[in-house]
Amino acid sequence: MPEYAIEMVDITKTFPGVVANDNVTLRVYDREIHALLGENGAGKSTLMSILFGAYSADSGIIRIHGNLVDIKDPNVATELGIGMVHQHFKLVQNYTVTENIVLGMEPRNRWGILDLSKAEKRVRELSELYGLSVDPKAMAESITVGQQQRVEILKTLYRNANIIIFDEPTAVLTPQEIDELMDILRRLREEGKTIVLITHKLKEIKAVADRCTVLRRGKYIGTVQVADVTEQDLAEMMVGRAVKFEIDKAPAHPGPVMLSVQHLTVKDAVGNVKVHDLSVDVRAGEIVGVAGVDGNGQSELLYGLTGLSPVVEGKVFIDGEDVTNLTIRRRIERGLGHIPEDRQKHGLVSEFSISENCAIKNYYLPPYSNQYGLLNYQKMTEHADELIEQFDIRAGEGAGTPAGSLSGGNQQKVIVAREISLSPKVLLVAQPTRGLDVGAIEYIRKRIIAERDKGRAILLVSFELDEIMNLCDRIATISKGSIVAINDQDQVTEREIGLMMAGSKKAEA
Amino acid sequence: MKKLDQNKTFLNRVLDSDGIISVLVVLLGFLCGTILIAMVGRNPLNMYKAILQSLTGYNIDNGKMNVRYIGETLNYSVPFILCGLSMAFAARVGLFNIGGEGQYIMGLTVAQVIALLGPQVPVLHWLLAIFGAIAIGAVWGGVVGILKAKYEVSEVVSTIMLNYISLYLSRIICLHLPGATTYKTANYPQTALLTNSFFERITNNSLLNDGFFMMVIAVVLYWFIMEKTKLGYGMRATGFNKEAARCSGIPVVKSIALSMAIAGAFAGLAGGIVALGSFKYGRVLSGMDNYGFNGIAVALVGNSTALGTMLAGFLFGMLKNAQALMQSKQIPKEITFIIQGLIVVFIALRSGLKLYQQWLNKRQLQKEIMKEGVAK
Repeated sequence: MPEYAIEMVDITKTFPGVVANDNVTLRVYDREIHALLGENGAGKSTLMSILFGAYSADSGIIRIHGNLVDIKDPNVATELGIGMVHQHFKLVQNYTVTENIVLGMEPRNRWGILDLSKAEKRVRELSELYGLSVDPKAMAESITVGQQQRVEILKTLYRNANIIIFDEPTAVLTPQEIDELMDILRRLREEGKTIVLITHKLKEIKAVADRCTVLRRGKYIGTVQVADVTEQDLAEMMVGRAVKFEIDKAPAHPGPVMLSVQHLTVKDAVGNVKVHDLSVDVRAGEIVGVAGVDGNGQSELLYGLTGLSPVVEGKVFIDGEDVTNLTIRRRIERGLGHIPEDRQKHGLVSEFSISENCAIKNYYLPPYSNQYGLLNYQKMTEHADELIEQFDIRAGEGAGTPAGSLSGGNQQKVIVAREISLSPKVLLVAQPTRGLDVGAIEYIRKRIIAERDKGRAILLVSFELDEIMNLCDRIATISKGSIVAINDQDQVTEREIGLMMAGSKKAEA
Repeated sequence: MKKLDQNKTFLNRVLDSDGIISVLVVLLGFLCGTILIAMVGRNPLNMYKAILQSLTGYNIDNGKMNVRYIGETLNYSVPFILCGLSMAFAARVGLFNIGGEGQYIMGLTVAQVIALLGPQVPVLHWLLAIFGAIAIGAVWGGVVGILKAKYEVSEVVSTIMLNYISLYLSRIICLHLPGATTYKTANYPQTALLTNSFFERITNNSLLNDGFFMMVIAVVLYWFIMEKTKLGYGMRATGFNKEAARCSGIPVVKSIALSMAIAGAFAGLAGGIVALGSFKYGRVLSGMDNYGFNGIAVALVGNSTALGTMLAGFLFGMLKNAQALMQSKQIPKEITFIIQGLIVVFIALRSGLKLYQQWLNKRQLQKEIMKEGVAK
């Protein structure tokens, strides 16, 4: 019988209103890379939080290297040699790499005083052994995202972890950094570590994992040898039905330029220039994708276009009209639609009902308001009922349901429905499928393409390169606030875009 | 099991309704007050006798009825309700208006000035004074709103500071009014008074006056603006989620500035009504009347809704009127402040109750799952 590094048997964990894990079993061999696959909300993170001691299970048992254990809190997990690399890094920005790594278990000399040189030596040894090149003396704020992740990995190694959990580690990386991470994972395995990889990206599983356990809606679906299955098989296990990867898309028939951005410069709230001298045109009937790693000015570009942030320099034209200095409301009236990146923050008022949310951009106009400024709730409800029907929004109490009580996918549908129903000339779409399940993703992508075919000009910002490649007709790659190059979708490969995302101009045709 | 289910849904229903919570909280406040009185060796029954008398005018000890108490209770309620509306209106737009007191004082001051110096034409005189009070309140609040909206100055800080400016500005102005001594001015001309002879007749010469109608109009207006107009829609959206409102094109800067102005107008009206309705002469204030501060509590108890704020204001007015009666029955009047304070504390504990509810729900779910597991 082969030895299991981790055995979690019949784990059940409930939260108010949800069963996050329902009799889930996970068995991970020693020295393997084991992928944990599932959609958002399938219970992956809950299961791993139980293993890491952040939650306690309602029932079930956990064995680590054959010993029955009770992981009450993360300290117990650390003692057992379990480490976790979180999706959002937990680094102190103005500490050095070494200081970050030793934080909480600082080495001391015999006088009880912090001995950083000892720590640095150990960090250097570890990074050489596992191929994690990073300067121990560098400030955390000065290193790249990929290097920050390595610091997180070093943190776990410094604490002698031999089981390392990676929570969606590739979400913030460029394609090249992803390749490097895959190499690091293999190296860790060779050096005797056991890896659990939480992900919903099938490619990565095929590339690096030995076995894969699939969860769906909190239930255990199965564990497979990755070599024996195709991506298609994994997707079906994950979703529970056949999935189509490719999107049916007719060639675009671009018309006149609808959105023209000329030499745009935008600062963030603190005053740093985040978008610098950026120019891009979007024509009617085409989708232009903005590809780039998170934090390269995408958000500020959208803020500048929508009017949420003032434009420092440059101009924005909608259908030939200069809107650079117009208010947000005037821009909306000129035909600017916006599906925002952050649904909770910008997209919806969660205390408002669906019908109030559907009218939030034109409530002050007839038929929702009359000339005396009085609201017509009935018209709002009728409109919302139509949208609920048309966009298949699942709401418990119909148009009166508070938006905050909807699932993420249905919230996004409300926003998409609202924006589309306003018939914008230009539609800005940011991260439209983030955090949604496969069904909703398919639906929303179809809708976006349908809007393109209706002759809307669409600017799509996404951190998922797959989404950009699948949906867009032209791709503008953004790096450090400027467009590196704009290519036709069929004239460029993911690899080339990846290089440009990292700032290299070499791939420019 | 079935019974437990019912309990749970009952508790959930109670906790889901803000109105029921407010009622429970008020009852709890009175319960604690009762225990406190008993602990200091007085008879709690006397407190309820005083409350009954301020509410109905019926003196249970000697069986006499005096409807004047009803009138006084209602008259005391008017400024509480209006200052409550002031706090509530700002709260619905996501602002914390601690400046109700200052806006109230400014309204009071301007009403006194116009009452003493304005044209002595019947009706027009007091109308002018009241509109002056509303206008200065709106300006006093609007300044804060503009500072907040344009320059992100915290409304909490600026309103607190304006409260003191108001108090001393009011003293400076009122000391220059005709017949001013260190505490009062000359008597108003008849045309400035809000006295309502009908009210006087039916409430046995209480101070209840035309301000009562103005309060009712204000409550209706509050509800109408908030719920029925596009202005209110934009304000509610701003209050719930400022960023989403801005992103949707709602002019949040305008909403914030305007909401503070309207909030100030309610408090200014309260000042005007107190100045012209409850007194026959102008006062040179040496301290604050505290209606503005109590308005914060009134809005909290009333959940910032029009009806809730009105009911909470009546409660506070009744307690204020009961104070003197309590003292005559050997109950320290401070007990009413304790009860008011406890009510506010308990309201603040609502989120704690919500947590308890979540915990209960979770345990319920776990039990059910365990049961299913056993059944399998």
